[in-house]
Amino acid sequence: MNHPFAITLDVGTSRANHTGAWRTERPVYVSLRPPCAEGCPAGEDVREWLRDAEDGETGYERAWRRIMETNPFPAVMGRICYHPCESACNRGSLDEAVGINAVERFLGDEALRHRWSVTAVRPPSGRRALVVGAGPAGLSAAYHLARLGHDVTVADAAPEPGGMMRYGIPAYRLPRDVLDAEIERIVGLGVTLRLDSPVADLEAELHDGRFDAAFLAVGAQLGRRTYLPAGSAARVLDAVELLHDVSEGDRPLLGRRVAVYGGGNTAMDAARTVRRLGAEDAVVVYRRTRDRMPAHPSEVAEAEAEGVRFTWLSTVTDVDDDGLTIERMELDENGFPQPTGTFEHLAADSLVLALGQDTDLRFLDGMAGLESVDGVLSVDDTLMTGRPGLFAGGDMVPDVRSATYAVGHGRRAAASIDTWLRGELPGSDSPGEPATYDRLHTWYYTDAPRSHRPVLEAARRASTFDEVVRGLDAETALDEARRCLSCGTCFACDNCFGMCPDDAVIKTDDPAAPYVIDLDYCKGCGICAAECPAGAITMVREED
Amino acid sequence: MSESRLYQIGTFGVGNRLLTPEDQTVQAGSDRPRSITRGHRACRGCGEALGARFVLDSAVRAAGRDLVTVNATGCLEVFSSPYPESAWQVPWLHSLFGNAPAVASGMAAGLKALGRETRVVGQAGDGGTVDIGFACLSGMFERDDDVLFVCYDNQGYMNTGVQRSGATPPAARTATTSELGDPPGARFGQGKFVPLIAMAHDIPYVATASVADLHDLERKVGRAMQLHGARYLHVLVPCPLGWAADSADTVRLARLATESGMFPLFEAERGEITAVTPIRRQVPVDDYLRLQGRYAHLFGEHPRPDLVRRIQAAADRNITRFGLRGAAS
Ligand SMILES: Cc1cc2nc3c(=O)[nH]c(=O)nc-3n(C[C@H](O)[C@H](O)[C@H](O)COP(=O)(O)OP(=O)(O)OC[C@H]3O[C@@H](n4cnc5c(N)ncnc54)[C@H](O)[C@@H]3O)c2cc1C
Ligand SMILES: Cc1ncc(C[n+]2csc(CCOP(=O)(O)OP(=O)(O)O)c2C)c(N)n1
Ligand code: SF4
Ligand code: SF4
Ligand SMILES: [Mg+2]
Repeated sequence: MNHPFAITLDVGTSRANHTGAWRTERPVYVSLRPPCAEGCPAGEDVREWLRDAEDGETGYERAWRRIMETNPFPAVMGRICYHPCESACNRGSLDEAVGINAVERFLGDEALRHRWSVTAVRPPSGRRALVVGAGPAGLSAAYHLARLGHDVTVADAAPEPGGMMRYGIPAYRLPRDVLDAEIERIVGLGVTLRLDSPVADLEAELHDGRFDAAFLAVGAQLGRRTYLPAGSAARVLDAVELLHDVSEGDRPLLGRRVAVYGGGNTAMDAARTVRRLGAEDAVVVYRRTRDRMPAHPSEVAEAEAEGVRFTWLSTVTDVDDDGLTIERMELDENGFPQPTGTFEHLAADSLVLALGQDTDLRFLDGMAGLESVDGVLSVDDTLMTGRPGLFAGGDMVPDVRSATYAVGHGRRAAASIDTWLRGELPGSDSPGEPATYDRLHTWYYTDAPRSHRPVLEAARRASTFDEVVRGLDAETALDEARRCLSCGTCFACDNCFGMCPDDAVIKTDDPAAPYVIDLDYCKGCGICAAECPAGAITMVREED
Repeated sequence: MSESRLYQIGTFGVGNRLLTPEDQTVQAGSDRPRSITRGHRACRGCGEALGARFVLDSAVRAAGRDLVTVNATGCLEVFSSPYPESAWQVPWLHSLFGNAPAVASGMAAGLKALGRETRVVGQAGDGGTVDIGFACLSGMFERDDDVLFVCYDNQGYMNTGVQRSGATPPAARTATTSELGDPPGARFGQGKFVPLIAMAHDIPYVATASVADLHDLERKVGRAMQLHGARYLHVLVPCPLGWAADSADTVRLARLATESGMFPLFEAERGEITAVTPIRRQVPVDDYLRLQGRYAHLFGEHPRPDLVRRIQAAADRNITRFGLRGAAS
């Protein structure tokens, strides 16, 4: 080869120099478990469906389908879920949590508008499963079992399906056409629904119907009573019964002044319903203080806005012709209410008891292997009862009582039943490393205040059962979805790709792994990991 | 860019799949020119390697690839071209330490004589720009030669072992400004801020930029390339070796320098400031200084809060002087 004077080597590219040899640490892409998904009792992959929704029009259906992988009730959940996902959301530490629930409702409503539906994921298995109870737990289990190819029958004592979603939660929070439409979609998968069919003898039912497995979800239907001296003349009724009657179109006569005894969500629903039935005065009597009320703060606020009054630190000791006697309480150092011996009279035409519900387990009498503690049925991690093949969930097992937990139980039980029917032992999956707030590089995120759902004006709320909380419009829903920080996983922001001084990050066409590190050149400086907004890159020491 | 307000990271990062193609950076594209390709020998986490790719890639894109560049001696030149390898994927010429602006002027004149439209970019470190190359640079400005000259400011003569330059900030330790002196580190009241001197030449365009704000940097290169005549871009490029900082902190340091007011981001046309990039989340200079070993003597066993206060005062002065608190943009 002919070289110019004093030149002995051919010119070449620096690519011949593999600087990867300098590395002592290497960047590794990770996907951590975000707090929202961790917090969702239904097991929704919130971050992932928000990401689909972030694409707008083209992503809504994908987002909805992703929700439907775990939860068949997006439109219902988007209205009544107490959204623990939002309480856990990392964005809450930055400004305000992402309005996950509002976006979920938007997607649920989009699906109803477009009549999107789902199909089974597996061919018919030929196995039969019985579900007792068509509340959120039972319907969720039926949905997942049907999608997994099993032949499902749901038996419910009531004339309509839905459980407490229909007979407990008032229509101003959950319009019945929304509930009907989402249940219809489940039935549309080929689920057999047997209504007006209380199961009195489960053993016989299982045998006669030749069922291979069963899921029990009868909820907690019995309103808890309290001892009130005999001779109580004023009307005393039970909140669950009241709400049940109202949901069937009755308007019970309660009088002008109604007291509601209890501090949970049921008490709020009862008091707000009572106002809508025409009571001028609805007063909630609760033995502790506002901050110790089990009711969700938003429900308390909504009740207040509708004119519901509250009498804190009080218990009902007696009921007479024109009202109640209440005893004032004070909290001891442990926060427990203690009687003070001071009594007051509260004028009231009727008293509604909202003191919690119990489960009626009598239909299980005589079944071997079952165990109950504190009135609820014991289950293991897979939701199997003491009897093999018999699973249970929802309000009748020891866990938080909410529709969302019930849906989650239904899904988990369906998965357990599915493995069990295939002759395998159900196992529980292990969660990954959490995407904590301190892993995020929050400087990068734009300032984006949360959007709030519009509400019906108070005047109309006090007299009608029209839905109180309205949905977000398309634009606001999209903005809200885009507030998600994508905690703990890559959202393809290109920071690693753009900021590598060594051009050692390669973009791929694979949306599941948008980048790979070119280890031939990566020197391991760590800029990519330091500048990743989502904390999706970890530096790992090289082995010597 | 108001409609991107809610797009997760908006334009604060490199890319964002939710932005329109016009709003994407050059660096976000797989097809970026890679003016300096992989395999170069810059230190781990080198801000200069990063800054040079940022600047050159957008300039190459703006010039439709018709661009040549001349490079003074310094780290950028040394790490990119150890004989016989080159990391450059643009026509690139190494001049001397002190004459890059003059060589660039000559190239521009020659190309013009040939009737070519080819654009010329001159590059140097802060030593090559503000010290030894300064006479040539001022001449290039004063003649309004058609060159974009870029200074990669890492605040010292890094290639020869971290000696002080005219751009080394007060109190910083270098090989020639010992932390054992009194006062320790580089002297207060010395040094110069060349962007303002460049502005005094009334040239078409002067801007400052940093490797922590890519959209801002690329927009400025784009603006500079729209114009002809003498243009000057001064880019802050943290140097993990010379600043005794963690290699992962390069971009973070550049961000803290601007967010604390230590390094103002602005643009000027014909001697007048036309825009400043406001501080987004102001931080005390402490946050910036503490990450760097070259300031360790301000915080160690014998801390010098008095000197930190003087540095803070200088940052505060920048904030007022350039109107970095938001409204001024
Ligand atoms: C007033 C009220 C408001 C509430 N508001 C909310 C809310 O806003 N958000 C929220 O998340 N949760 C709310 N909850 C809680 C939530 O409704 C329950 O946790 C949830 O419905 C429990 O679901 P489940 O499927 O276990 O039982 P349920 O919903 O109670 O359904 C059980 C079903 O089983 C049927 N059944 C019972 N016994 C038999 C039998 N022997 N044979 C056949 N069928 C039988 C019943 O008819 C019923 O349909 C509320 C509850 C009440 C009472
Ligand atoms: C005339 C001359 N004097 C000294 C040197 C040695 N020298 C080479 S690079 C350099 C410092 C470069 O500093 P700077 O321009 O800031 O670039 P950096 O390496 O910091 O990027 C020096 C002093 C030289 N090459 N030529
Ligand atoms: S910001 Fe997004 S990913 Fe993070 S917790 Fe909230 S919803 Fe989940
Ligand atoms: S000494 Fe500094 S400027 Fe030079 S290659 Fe290393 S990090 Fe880059
Ligand atoms: Mg230098």
